Amino acid sequence: MKMKKELRNTIILLTASIILFFILTYLMDTEILNRYYSRILVLICINVILAVSLNLIIGVTGQLTLGHAGFMSIGAYAAAMITIQLNVPFPIALLFGGILAGLIGFLIGLPTLSLKGDYLAITTLGFGEIIRVLITNIEQLGGGRGLSGIPPKTNFAWVFFIMVLTILIIYNIARSSQGRAMMSVREDEIAAEAMGINTTKYKIMAFVIGSFFAGIAGGLFSHYLMYIKPEQFGFLKSVDFVTYVVMGGMGSLTGSISSTVILTILPEGLRFLNDYRMIIYPLALIIIMRFRPQGLMGTKELSMRMFDKFSKGSDKDAAIKGK
Amino acid sequence: MEFLQQAINGLSLGFVYALIAIGYTMVYGIIGLINFAHGDVFMVGAYFGFFAAVNLHLSFIPTLLIAMGGAALTGVIVEKVAYKPLRNSPKLSILITAIAMSVLLENLVRLKMTTDPQTYPENLLPQKVIHFLGLSIDNRQIIIILISIVLVIILQFIVFKTKTGKAMRAASFDKDAAALMGINVNSIISITFAIGSALAGAAGVLVGILYSSIDPYMGIMPGLKAFVAAVLGGIGIIPGALWGGLIMGLVETFSKVYISSSYSDAIAFSILIIILIVKPSGLLGKKTREKV
Repeated sequence: MKMKKELRNTIILLTASIILFFILTYLMDTEILNRYYSRILVLICINVILAVSLNLIIGVTGQLTLGHAGFMSIGAYAAAMITIQLNVPFPIALLFGGILAGLIGFLIGLPTLSLKGDYLAITTLGFGEIIRVLITNIEQLGGGRGLSGIPPKTNFAWVFFIMVLTILIIYNIARSSQGRAMMSVREDEIAAEAMGINTTKYKIMAFVIGSFFAGIAGGLFSHYLMYIKPEQFGFLKSVDFVTYVVMGGMGSLTGSISSTVILTILPEGLRFLNDYRMIIYPLALIIIMRFRPQGLMGTKELSMRMFDKFSKGSDKDAAIKGK
Repeated sequence: MEFLQQAINGLSLGFVYALIAIGYTMVYGIIGLINFAHGDVFMVGAYFGFFAAVNLHLSFIPTLLIAMGGAALTGVIVEKVAYKPLRNSPKLSILITAIAMSVLLENLVRLKMTTDPQTYPENLLPQKVIHFLGLSIDNRQIIIILISIVLVIILQFIVFKTKTGKAMRAASFDKDAAALMGINVNSIISITFAIGSALAGAAGVLVGILYSSIDPYMGIMPGLKAFVAAVLGGIGIIPGALWGGLIMGLVETFSKVYISSSYSDAIAFSILIIILIVKPSGLLGKKTREKV
């Protein structure tokens, strides 16, 4: 009996991540990884959640959104407020932030995604700026000073397992029939429609799921830093996430994960380049779009089988999937 | 009286939006791309004007011309370097390039000029208040309106009375057919970028004078609002951009006065959502059918 490929991969990933988790926790407990490194680890996990969820929208469905940081801020503020005011259990606060972000994503996506054309990009860009202005003007949310006094509820276990869960969910969505419908929208919207696919529905579905996970990541973020302010969720933050996805390869989850890990660690090591970071990122994006528009990994996933192909020196079979 | 006063404020702001919106709409009309970097070309134009006025001590008209020339050059370089190699790539790649270009321009200027706002020279266009029928009108607002009208008339002349304009209209109608008729589509696209960017550069100087301060991120919000104006008027249609810009300017000014100044951005943005729901083709737009 051959197990279904998705199920098998899910089990492999789950086992591998549990092993990885224990190794990392052991390293942190024994202070081999000090507080500074564990902080970076937590931020990597949060960024991976954001990049993987953004990959569903940009990479799998082919819709450009520039408001991912905006949705993250909705989740961050909503979860923080509900914890401070009502002191609800942490998972409920996270879910509340995620659902609110998803709901607002639905309201934005409904008018913009039912149209052909690139309205989503500019609408989400506007939305990201507006949400920042609104938060700055609402006194109850701390206004421009920022919101402080958020209880520290996020720890490494939370972010790590929510990250694994997010990867698993997005992976399985991308390989379900809904995921194939989303990919068909990316490849050719008109042809997809002609095949009877309700393109608007799948575009909105991808966008809402992506926004939901951005909200969850926001909740984790605010409960980790204990202090958030509107500037942390500006437009340039959204560009960061787009860079992670585009560099790694649009449609490749392992690509997004590896580029997120690298691009989160790299600026820490290269502090002196910080002034130039926002020049290097856009330049890299332009160059990648010019010479390798599908991103470094394309839609391929990093796997053991890929290395087999490399050693045999033939890349032909890599395209054949589902065997 | 208060109402008329605000209407004039709104009109001068509206003409600035219109000048930027025309660039969006022309580029969209000819290559179907939302040029995210357009708002930053507007910002670069403002800096060129600043440079001309402060370092070269030029008067208003030469400053305006240098800003327009500088912006046009920037626009053409952006097109040649970033968009032209991707002419046949998927939409997503071009959009990502456009947004990257926008961030790149902002940060290049930031690195060169510092993030702090620069004060536009006062003496470029000295302020005189004209009292007329109980209204007190700032002469600079009148000059801004007049300059914008002149620029729009020149644009209309270029588009409808010259051979280049005819080629532009032909290329926006059908690029392949235009190329078959011997039109050099690539150079027409560059000219389109140059004209649109020059208008944005002029708008940059006018905004510098109107608000007397410029910074590297000044292009984001006006660029966004000008895009809303272009969609409002019907994207791809030049007169539509003009009307859309005026409406946006008036709505913003009145909502600042009568509703709340901090939410005027949010109101501009809700206009976009409402048009997309009610009439996505815009006020002057015709319904088009999707072709394969």
